[in-house]
Amino acid sequence: MSEVKLSGRYEPPMANGEVLFDAPWQGRVFGMAVTLAEQGRMAWSDFQGMLIEVVGAWDADHPHSEEEYPYYELFAESLSRILVQKGLLDSEEIHKADGLMAARPHGHDH
Amino acid sequence: MSHESARIRAEALESLLVEKGLIDSELVDDVVARYNDRVGPLNGARVVARAWRDSAFKQRLLNNGTDAIAEYGFEGGEVQKLVVVENTDTVHNVVVCTLCSCYPWAVLGLPPKWYKDPAYRSRVVREPRSVLKEFGTELEADMEVRVWDSSAEVRYMVLPSEPVTWRELPEQTLVERITRDSMIGVERLG
Repeated sequence: MSEVKLSGRYEPPMANGEVLFDAPWQGRVFGMAVTLAEQGRMAWSDFQGMLIEVVGAWDADHPHSEEEYPYYELFAESLSRILVQKGLLDSEEIHKADGLMAARPHGHDH
Repeated sequence: MSHESARIRAEALESLLVEKGLIDSELVDDVVARYNDRVGPLNGARVVARAWRDSAFKQRLLNNGTDAIAEYGFEGGEVQKLVVVENTDTVHNVVVCTLCSCYPWAVLGLPPKWYKDPAYRSRVVREPRSVLKEFGTELEADMEVRVWDSSAEVRYMVLPSEPVTWRELPEQTLVERITRDSMIGVERLG
């Protein structure tokens, strides 16, 4: 397992000594999806349906891939899509926010 | 979406959701902490250890897993229906989710990375014995292998066989020894 060195409130969840997330953002996207479902902003099953679709598309595009399976990237993609589909966010503002986040100077990205 | 753009996307989504009052970052912190600290394979291990020692509970667990674990009040509302399948001298069970990564979070925490891997998801159905062997679990030729495909509706957990040498151990010691992998079914204990 790759060694993850992170600290503070973004320390990744561990269970039985095992890192469950490889990077803090993975915990955040996971945490956001669960929170939105628990707060009744979206049905967990709707999110799950989207995840199945997105994972299925990735599998179809990578039939015999040795490439590492980018689970949390697909998870982030699914969360974005379901939020747009539910009308909670629109894709234009997401792309705009992507640009703002990407433009921040290094060291201010957490 | 690359790793880097997904990281940026995670921040973008959180900032937008917070700005719109759709999410509270502290609640997200709590969820992450909950999966970190309070949900984990330990819950499943407690259930298994008790089932080994309390035959009435074991029967309830096998009859209706969801009802049997209700009294524990485990967090993890995503577990709609829990079905517990028992390993015996003649049957070995293993769990997969061929569609994505459905997993009984309330009892096992978050799934390990390999559980989400397309190779595991497809191969364990086609050639369970070879996959189990790669996990170091060699099954006898006459052992029946049953592969359970989890879904949004039904989550499976394996009730592993208790090693004979563990029979005298106190329940708490058992809890420490029962592994996550044994409850997914890729490992045998002892």
